[in-house]
Amino acid sequence: MTNEIEAIKDPGLPAHVHRRADTDPKAAKKAERQVAILFLLSALGTVTLIGSYIFIPTDVFFFFPVLGNTNAHQLFLGLGMAASLFFIGMGAIHWAKTLMPDEEVVIQRHEFRSPDEDRADFIRTAKEGAAAAGLGRRSLIKRSLGLSLGLAGLSPLILLRDLGPLPGDELTKTSWKTGTRLVTDPGDRPIRPEDMEVGAVAQVLPAVVLAPGAHRKLSDIAKDAVLLIRLRPEEFNLDAERLSWTHEGIIAFSKICSHMGCAVALYEQQTKHLLCPCHQSTFDVTRAAKVIFGPSARPLPQLAITVDSEGYLVAQSPFNEPVGPSFWERSS
Amino acid sequence: MTARERIAGSVANYVDERTGAAKWMKKNLTKVFPDHWSFLLGEIALYSFVILLLSGTYLTFWFDPSQREVIYDGSYEPLQGLEMSAAYASTLDISFEVRGGLLMRQIHHWSALIFMAAIVVHLMRVFFTGAFRKPREFNWIIGVGLLTLGIVEGFLGYSLPDDLLSGTGIRIAHAIIQALPVVGTYLSFFAFGGAFPGEAFIPRIYVTHVLLLPGAFLALITIHLMLVWYQKHTQYPGPGRTEKNVVGYPLLPVYMAKAGGFFFIVFGVTAFLGAVASINPIWLYGPYTPGQVSAGSQPDWYMGWLDGLVRMAPPLESYIFGYTISWNILIPGLIIPGIIFTGMALYPFIESWITGDKREHHLLDRPRNAPNRTALGVMSLTFMLVALINGGNDIIAITFDLTINQIMWFSRIAIFILPPIAFVITKRLCLSLQRADRDLVLHGRETGRLVMMPHGEFVEVHEPISAEKAWLLTQHEQSPPLALEENDMRGVRRPGALKNKLRARLSKAHAVSVPKATAEDLKEIEHH
Repeated sequence: MTNEIEAIKDPGLPAHVHRRADTDPKAAKKAERQVAILFLLSALGTVTLIGSYIFIPTDVFFFFPVLGNTNAHQLFLGLGMAASLFFIGMGAIHWAKTLMPDEEVVIQRHEFRSPDEDRADFIRTAKEGAAAAGLGRRSLIKRSLGLSLGLAGLSPLILLRDLGPLPGDELTKTSWKTGTRLVTDPGDRPIRPEDMEVGAVAQVLPAVVLAPGAHRKLSDIAKDAVLLIRLRPEEFNLDAERLSWTHEGIIAFSKICSHMGCAVALYEQQTKHLLCPCHQSTFDVTRAAKVIFGPSARPLPQLAITVDSEGYLVAQSPFNEPVGPSFWERSS
Repeated sequence: MTARERIAGSVANYVDERTGAAKWMKKNLTKVFPDHWSFLLGEIALYSFVILLLSGTYLTFWFDPSQREVIYDGSYEPLQGLEMSAAYASTLDISFEVRGGLLMRQIHHWSALIFMAAIVVHLMRVFFTGAFRKPREFNWIIGVGLLTLGIVEGFLGYSLPDDLLSGTGIRIAHAIIQALPVVGTYLSFFAFGGAFPGEAFIPRIYVTHVLLLPGAFLALITIHLMLVWYQKHTQYPGPGRTEKNVVGYPLLPVYMAKAGGFFFIVFGVTAFLGAVASINPIWLYGPYTPGQVSAGSQPDWYMGWLDGLVRMAPPLESYIFGYTISWNILIPGLIIPGIIFTGMALYPFIESWITGDKREHHLLDRPRNAPNRTALGVMSLTFMLVALINGGNDIIAITFDLTINQIMWFSRIAIFILPPIAFVITKRLCLSLQRADRDLVLHGRETGRLVMMPHGEFVEVHEPISAEKAWLLTQHEQSPPLALEENDMRGVRRPGALKNKLRARLSKAHAVSVPKATAEDLKEIEHH
C-alpha cells in the first residue's frame, strides 16, 4: 500500500545469544565428546556391515515382530550400512550446531538488471552483429537456411524408422482360425465340454503346432488368450447369433481387456461378472460381456465355439473384431 | 604458523596459480545460505538423486536387460524351472544370489519413492511461499520438468524387472501410446519393435533409464542449482531480513557441515528402510505373461493419481469415418495431465499477469498473505488426492469393506465438487488467519489470566507481543487490485476489453485481504 500510512517498524536483527559451548569451555568439551561418540557409532556400523557380510550365512531366517520372517544377512548388512551413514551425518550436524560459529551473517543482494548503458551497449552489439551478417536484408539466405536446418532436423526421424515394423494387420488378426482347438493354459491339453462343470472358468489358448523346443511368443499370447466360462444355458441373455456362438452353456471371450489390454482375470461366480483388476471395467458374462461398469467402452470380443468330430472344443470362426485396446484404425 | 595452516595455504596457492580462482573462491566459500527446515526438502531430492545414481550403478553390474528366454535355476525354489526373461531372472539373482543385492535393490526403490516425494513437497513449499516469482520463473519451469522426468524415470525403472506387475504397467503405457489419434498404432509399433510386448522394450527402456534420462537429470539439476547459487536463496520474512539482503550462515564451514551431514542422514535413513522394509518383492509376482495379472495391481504412488484418473474416466469412445478415438484413455491419460503440467509450468507468468507485479521478490510470502494462490494450491492438491484415492480404490475397498463401485462413484463426483470447496475453505481460512494476525498485533497475546474489574466484569489480560513478532505479522505488502478501466479517458471502449475485464476480476480476487495492522492503528488503540 502507499507509504502515507505509517507501517510498523522493522526492529532489525535480534541480538545474538551465545550458546553454552561458546562461553563455557566445559560445555564445549562435552559437545566435542558427543560429536566423537556419534562418529564412533558410525564406525561401529561399518564394522557391523563387514562382520555381517563375512560371518552371517545368507540362508538364515528368523522371525521379527512387524517385519515378519527376516533374512538375518540382509537385515544386519542393511542396519550396519544405515548406522555407518546416519551417524556420520548426525555427528557433522551436531558439530555444526554446537561448535561452529552460529552468528548469522548478512550479505547484500544486488539487482540482476544491468546498468542502462550496458544494456544499450548489448542491444547495439546484437543489432550490429545481425546487420553485419545481413540477416535482415538477405532473405534468400535466411529462408534457404531455415529450410535446410528444418530438413536436417528430420533425418533422425528417418533413421529411426527401423525401430519397428509397420503395423500391417498385426492388430486385427489372431491365431484363432476356423476349427482351431481350444487348449488349456498351462498344459496345452484339448478340452471337451464335459471337462468343465457349470460355474467353472478356464484360460485357453489356440492349439498351434510348434517346432520342438519352440514356445509361444508373448506377443501371440497377448492377442490369443481366451477365457472359457460355463453357465447353465438358460442363464444367458443373448441374441440368437451370439447364442449360437456358445456351446452347451460354455461361452468364450477374449481375455485381453478392451480398455487397456490387461488380462481380465477376475470372475465373480455369483454375479457372473468379469472384472479387470487394472481399472475395474466390469463385464456381464450373461449379456455377451456388455460393459456394466468402469472405463471400458466396448464389450470383450466373443469367440464363437463349437465341438469337432472328436468332441473337443474348437473355434467356429476367427474373432470377428480386433481384440485388446482400441487404436485409431479400428473401425468400431 | 602450524603445519596444518601451511598445507591449507599451499593448496590454495596451487589452485589459484593454475586457475586464478582465489577471488571467486573467497566470494563463494563465504556465500550465505538462509536456514529453514523447509529449505531441506529440495536437498532431500538432490541427495536421493545421488543415492539413486550410486545404488543404480551397483544394480547394473548384475542386471541383464534382455528379454531372451531363460530357464530359472537360482536358489528361489518356487520359480525353479520356469521360463522367464533374462531381465527377470537376473533381478531374482540380484535379490537372492548377490550378497547385499536385495538391500541395494530396496535402497534404490525406496530412494526413488523418497526422491519423488521430496520433489513434490519441495514444489509445494516453493508454490505456497511464492518463491517462483521473478527472477526465479525459469527455475520453476526446470523444476516442473524435473518432476515430469522423475515420473517417467520412476515408471521405467519399475518396468525393468519384467515381473508380472511391471509388465502390466507397460501394457497400460502401451495402450496409452496406441490410443493416440492418427499416429498411435505406428508409434507403438516403433516403440516396442512390433506388436506388444515384443522383445525390444526392456533393452530400450533400460538405456533410457540408465543413460538418457539420468543425463537429462544431471543437466537440469546442474542448471537448477547454479541458478539457486547465482540468484541467491530466498528467505523467510523476519526482523532484519529484507528484499535487499540475505541473512544466514556462510557456506564454509557451517552450511557445508550441515548440508554434507544431511546427505549422510538421508542416505542412512534410506538404507534403514532398505534393510527393514520390504519393497516390490518381485519374486512373489512371477514372470510377465500377457494372459495373467495379479489382483490389486498398483503403480508406485507418484503414478497413482494418473491410474486413478484412468479408472474413473467415463466409458467414452467415438467412431468417426471408420476411425476410433478413445476418450476414456486420452482424457485421463494425456489431456488432463497435459493441462495440469502446462498450467503448473506457466503459473508464475499467469500470476504476474494477474497482479501486474514485475518486480523481483526474494522475501517469501507467508501462505496466508496470498489467499488466492494458497487456495488454488490446495484446490489442485485436493484434485490430485481424489485421483490418488481412486487409484487405490481396489485396496481401499478391501480394507474398508466397501464396493469398488461406491468408491468410484464417490471419486467421479468428488473430483468435480471437492476442489472448489477446498478453494473456498482455504481462502476463508487464510483471511481468518490474517484477521487473527491483525488482532494479535493490535490487542496482544491472550495470557489466560482473568481479572475481575471493580464493577464485577471479568476480562482477560492481553500482553503486547514483541516488536519482532509485530514486524513479522505486518511486514507483507498489501497491493491494491489492478485498476483496469474498461473505457479510456474519452469513454471509448479500449481494445481487448474482455481480456482486461477478466484480468481486472482476477486481480480483484487476488488482492482480497484483511487490512494489516499499522502503527497508526496501534496509536489509536493506545488513546482509548
